[in-house]
Amino acid sequence: MFLYTVIRLGQGALLLLAMSVLVFVAIYAIGNPITMLINPSSPQEVIDETIRRLGLDQPLYVQYLRFLAQAVQGNLGVSYISSQPALRLIVERFPATLELTLTAMTIASVIGIPLGLVAGYRPNSPLGRAIGTISIIGISLPSFWIGLMLITIFSIRFGILPTGGRGQTASILGFESSLFTRNGWSHIVMPAINLCFFPMAMIIRLTRAGVRENITSNHIRYARAKGLSSTRILFGYILPSISIPLITVLGIVFGVLLAFGVVTETVFAWPGIGKLIIEAIRTGDRPIIIAYLLFTVLLFALINLAVDILCAIIDPRISLSGAR
Amino acid sequence: MRRGTIGSLLSPGGIFGLIVVGTAVVCAGFASQLSQQNPFDLVQLSVADSQLPPGSLGSNGIVYWLGSDDQGRDIVSAILYGLRISLLVAIASTSIAFVLGTSIGLSAAYAGGWLDLVFMRLADIQLAFPGILIALVLLSVLGSGIDKVVIAIVAVQWAYYARTARSVAIIERSKEYILAAQSLRFSAARIIFSHLLPNSLSALSVVVIVQIAGGIALEATLSFLGMGLPITQPSLGLLIANGYTSMLSGEYWLSFYPGFVLLLLLVGINLIGERLRELNDPRESL
Amino acid sequence: MSSKVISLSSNAVLDIRNLRTEFPSAEGVVVAVNDVSLSVGPGEIVGIVGESGSGKSALAYSILGLIDAPGRITAGSIKFRGQELAGLEEAELRGVRGNRIAIIFQDPMTSLHPLLRIERQMIDAIAAHRKLSRADARGEAIAALTKVGIAAPEQRLRAYPHQLSGGTRQRVAIAIAMINKPDLIIADEPTTALDVTTQAQIIREMKSLCAASGTALVWITHDLAVVSEMADAVAIMYAGSIVETGTVQEVLDSPAHPYTAGLLASVPARNRGAKRLSQIPGSVQSATGVSGCAFAPRCSRSTAECDAVPALMPGSDGRKLRCFNPLPAIADARLGAAQ
Repeated sequence: MFLYTVIRLGQGALLLLAMSVLVFVAIYAIGNPITMLINPSSPQEVIDETIRRLGLDQPLYVQYLRFLAQAVQGNLGVSYISSQPALRLIVERFPATLELTLTAMTIASVIGIPLGLVAGYRPNSPLGRAIGTISIIGISLPSFWIGLMLITIFSIRFGILPTGGRGQTASILGFESSLFTRNGWSHIVMPAINLCFFPMAMIIRLTRAGVRENITSNHIRYARAKGLSSTRILFGYILPSISIPLITVLGIVFGVLLAFGVVTETVFAWPGIGKLIIEAIRTGDRPIIIAYLLFTVLLFALINLAVDILCAIIDPRISLSGAR
Repeated sequence: MRRGTIGSLLSPGGIFGLIVVGTAVVCAGFASQLSQQNPFDLVQLSVADSQLPPGSLGSNGIVYWLGSDDQGRDIVSAILYGLRISLLVAIASTSIAFVLGTSIGLSAAYAGGWLDLVFMRLADIQLAFPGILIALVLLSVLGSGIDKVVIAIVAVQWAYYARTARSVAIIERSKEYILAAQSLRFSAARIIFSHLLPNSLSALSVVVIVQIAGGIALEATLSFLGMGLPITQPSLGLLIANGYTSMLSGEYWLSFYPGFVLLLLLVGINLIGERLRELNDPRESL
Repeated sequence: MSSKVISLSSNAVLDIRNLRTEFPSAEGVVVAVNDVSLSVGPGEIVGIVGESGSGKSALAYSILGLIDAPGRITAGSIKFRGQELAGLEEAELRGVRGNRIAIIFQDPMTSLHPLLRIERQMIDAIAAHRKLSRADARGEAIAALTKVGIAAPEQRLRAYPHQLSGGTRQRVAIAIAMINKPDLIIADEPTTALDVTTQAQIIREMKSLCAASGTALVWITHDLAVVSEMADAVAIMYAGSIVETGTVQEVLDSPAHPYTAGLLASVPARNRGAKRLSQIPGSVQSATGVSGCAFAPRCSRSTAECDAVPALMPGSDGRKLRCFNPLPAIADARLGAAQ
């Protein structure tokens, strides 16, 4: 397994490299290279000086190599707005996003998977149909609007929850999280619920589809032929079968949550990287944009790796050392 | 398409979806006739009527059924016009994405080899990233404006069409009638468009419906974030965004009603898409 | 080989009368099991022979109520030791499945769950019907594996299906089938996916196991050679209907139905010395809207009579036949080259 992980990390690094080229070329070829590293509102002499110093008058590939050299040292530029190193800003803000994402994913899975199982096993029952309809509503909900409505109802009308921001954090076993404080809970409840609708609907639909597909397969028919009860078949035989596609789905859900998190963080003023990137795009803060993109690509590559390793652990037929 | 597909669309969900979408299309099409005022014609607006709650009678005799905003615009009219813009942008984008993506997918399936490999790898990598992220990144580079929004949506959606078209075409490609056409020396373009395309249409129709919903939602989200359509062409998303700040003073109707209409529209489209998907799935029992 | 006649007596383990199973489809109603009547006595081995599409699997599933919707049993009765199975409540059927009637599917690679250990799957089969402690259940599983000739059963229990050979997997399936000491085992082409040597072993082992425990066996196959080796009685199936029954000796030595004769003639062993393999012309037609005898289009003996559907008629010797133009009974009727 060690070798496999190393190979996959290597592939991930290659992907990151490819992405960096893509991003670099895009920003440089389409955007204004000067504004990439220099705050456009600086005085002209500073701009000229910086151009010479940073070698912006050099050919493109030279600039890219300098960028790369800086990047591997962790220097992805400095934010125009806050004058802080871009990468550091992202790393600082990431825990908040991670906390929100994991909370939403947990809610979505804990509710979504059982509902999907039921809907798959008894699709034509009233419950099954109801779950199907709920899932369609779930994927149709405009999350930003739901967020606004949640704030209107709970914060403004009833005043029981704060309108935004992250609550106080506390540390347990070295992990800092706002889930450990009561104040933190009141702040995370609405954004987490707002964020979980779409992924929950996705999980319901994919779980249901997985169950439908498995239910007519030979080994389920064989399990029935042995006289096993419906419950035993559902949890002991169907669930393991769909656990692999389910894990893959959860990996995708994580990505979706990161994307939708951008909207939720904006609506609820949650101090994560989603809010950061929106502000950066609005203000044209390129170093942050580049840093965010590369960070996200790295994150996705790591998630894919984790999913693959988990699948290999669950499915005894997959061997990591040999061919798959 | 199977026989009686249109009739089979009449499941409870399908009927609801068709009614909702039908109403929306009619409203959007006849927006100017149906609305009491043109919300973008400043002459018709009266600031004295601003921020009225739903159901109020205005100074110019119009009833503001769903209230008015801070400029005196009738929310009903704003929704009707916004509906039109939302639908137009989504349909235009998905049409372009359909043409682009399907052509790429069918050609890749037919040509095979490295062309197939390259394009499908590209599509796969793109599909691995959520659409919003791709759109945001593109817009950060391209800037804002209605044409940029369309480009962004097309960039997000082409991969779905390409993948679906290619999957179907790969199966069809090895069938006898294609071999027959090839032996008759039909040109590649002719085979692709006269033979592969019609057989992919039923699978693609599901994608089209789902992507229209996706396009509407994507554009609404982008507009809400301030990166979508300009203020001169307010879609439903922008209307909701405009009402964001007024929310705190309790004027919920500015955001609530446009959002509710958006929700209904999306649910309706998705219900139709779901029904189409069920009909296309050979595994579902009749 | 015994020459027991298919028993019609009331102590029949399985007594199927006029069973009819239909599957609605876009092209019309497919009648997979068409007026099938069959009887199996205690400890008897009955072979059901038919080519693909003859409805043999549908028959097996129907007996245990495993037909997936929208298919269903529309007529007839399935009596298991006097109890009616057709239309029985699901909860009661579950009590019968894997317990009093066990089934072995064709390919153990697809019937055994790929992600669960053998131990889990065997213990589940026991626990579904009896309350045993984990240790006792495990002990029974080991005993069952040993009985079917699997070496090192403790290790095999911990294995996953894909780690075992085809023959071992099927032996596991047999062990599972016998573990609750059923009165009847239905084996749906259990050796088709195996190589010839393993096939011969499994056939021998199953025969002795069933003889030792007095379990009745219904062996579904397309292979006449297998039937001749192990069955007491045989029923020939075509297009969803039984066309001929009798003891193995009777049917194989002097077939009465033209289809049976055709099957026998096309067996390679009987064609030694012939230049071309004798084949039955045509193919099985789809079982929708069949009028008249289903085999008539391919039959060399068909006449105008065959436009009507022949009924399954009992003969004087206990055999049954569904044909208007049966082969004349010849004492030395061996078609093809002499053996």
